[in-house]
Amino acid sequence: MKGSWAANARRLLLAGALAAMLGGCATTSGPMSQADPYEPWNRSMFEVHQAIDGTFIRPVVQAYIDYVPAPVRDVVHNFFSNIDDLFSALTALASGRNDSAGHDLGRVIVNTLAGFGGLIDVASSAGIPKGGWDYGLMFGAWGIPQGPYLFVPLWGPTTVRDGTGAVARAFTGPISFVSDVPTRNILYGMAVGDARAQAEPTYDLIDKAAIDKYTFIRRSYLQRRNYILYDGKVPPEKEEE
Amino acid sequence: MRYVVRLFGFVLGAALAPLAMAQEAPDAMVKRVTLEVVGIIKSDPKVQAGDQARIREVIESKLLPHFDFERMTALAMGRNWRTATPEQQKQLVDQFRTLLVRTYSGALNQYRDQTFDFKPLRAEPNASDVIVKTEVQRSGQQPVQLDYGMTKKDGAWKVYDVIVGGVSLVTNYRDEFNAQVQSGGIDGLIKTLTAKNSGAAK
Repeated sequence: MKGSWAANARRLLLAGALAAMLGGCATTSGPMSQADPYEPWNRSMFEVHQAIDGTFIRPVVQAYIDYVPAPVRDVVHNFFSNIDDLFSALTALASGRNDSAGHDLGRVIVNTLAGFGGLIDVASSAGIPKGGWDYGLMFGAWGIPQGPYLFVPLWGPTTVRDGTGAVARAFTGPISFVSDVPTRNILYGMAVGDARAQAEPTYDLIDKAAIDKYTFIRRSYLQRRNYILYDGKVPPEKEEE
Repeated sequence: MRYVVRLFGFVLGAALAPLAMAQEAPDAMVKRVTLEVVGIIKSDPKVQAGDQARIREVIESKLLPHFDFERMTALAMGRNWRTATPEQQKQLVDQFRTLLVRTYSGALNQYRDQTFDFKPLRAEPNASDVIVKTEVQRSGQQPVQLDYGMTKKDGAWKVYDVIVGGVSLVTNYRDEFNAQVQSGGIDGLIKTLTAKNSGAAK
C-alpha cells in the first residue's frame, strides 16, 4: 500500500518532467515567470498534494513520530541516509567536489563498518560532515540549467533538472535492484516514509511562517538548491531565479 | 574662549572614544546572545514545558532588542515600501514582527539539543553591513548554516536578515509580500498578515 504511492510518485514525476520538457518555452507574465512558467498547473498540483498529504499521509507520519521510538526511527533514517551518502560521494566526485566526495566516502566506510551496515551514524558523531550531493546538483555543476520549477504531488518541489536527477536516482538503485517485488515495495515505502517524516518539522514551520505556502516553498527550494550548488556563493544573476 | 570650547570638545571626544571602541563586535554579539538564549532553553523549566507565554517573554526580552524590524520589513517590501504611508509602514512592521515572533517561538525548542559553531567574521574593520556566519550541528543530520545579515544602527549592531541553510528570510517574504500587494494592495497585505497572526488563516 505504502509502496504503491512511492511508485505513483515516480510515475507522476516522470509525467511531470515529460510534460515540462514537451511544453518547451511557454511563457506567462508574472514576477517568477522565468523560474516557474507553469505556475497555474503547479499550483493545482500543490492543492492536490495538500489534500492527499493532509488527509492520508500526515496523520500516518504523525503517528509514526508519536508511537515509534526515536532510536528506531533513527535506525531507519540512518540506513537510507548511508545509501544516500554513497550516491552523494559519487555525484560529488563527478562534479569535481572532491572535498565533499571524500567526506561522504569516509562516512559510508565508517558507518557501514562501525555502524552495523549503516544503522548507526557513527561518522556524524566523529564530525565527518554529510555532503548532501545528488544527481540534480551534478547536472547543475556540469552547467545544465535548472529548467522550469515543478511541484509534484507526493514528491514536493523540484525542477526539470532535479526531477530528472531523482528519476535517475530511482533507476540506479539500489532499491530498484531488489528483485522480490513485495520487499522492494516495502523498502520504497520506508524510504519515502522516512523522507516525509524527516520533513515534518519543515511542514510545521511552513504552516507557521508562510503567508502563501506555494510561494514560500518555491522560493525556499530554489534558494536552497542554488546555495548548495554554488557552495554558498550564489552569483547575483542566479539569485532571482 | 574659542580655545576653551575646542578644548572642551577635545576632552569630551576623548572621553567618549573608549565607549565607541568598546562597542561589541557583531560576531561577538551573536555568540553572546545565542549562548545566553540556548542556556535559558536548556535550564528554564517553563520553556522546557512548552509554556508559550514564557517562550515569548524570552524572545521579546533577549532576542528582539537586537533586530531591526523596520529595515527587515522595508527590505521584504522592496519597491512597495516607499509607496506605503507612514501609518501603513508602522502596521506592516508590527504585523511582520508578530509573525516572526510566532514562528520563532514555535521553532525555539528545537535548538535544545544542538551545538553551535561560530565562524570568524570576514569583514573590513569599519564595515557597516556584515554577515555573521554560524553553523548548527544536530546529531545524525546535516549541519545547517545559520547566518545573520547585520547592520550598524545608532552605534549598535542589529540583525536585518536571517539566512537558514542559504534560504534568506527577507528574500522569501519579498515574494510573498509582492504577490499580496499585487492582488490586494498594501492594505490587502496588512489584512492578510493580521488575519494570519490572529490565527484565522491557516
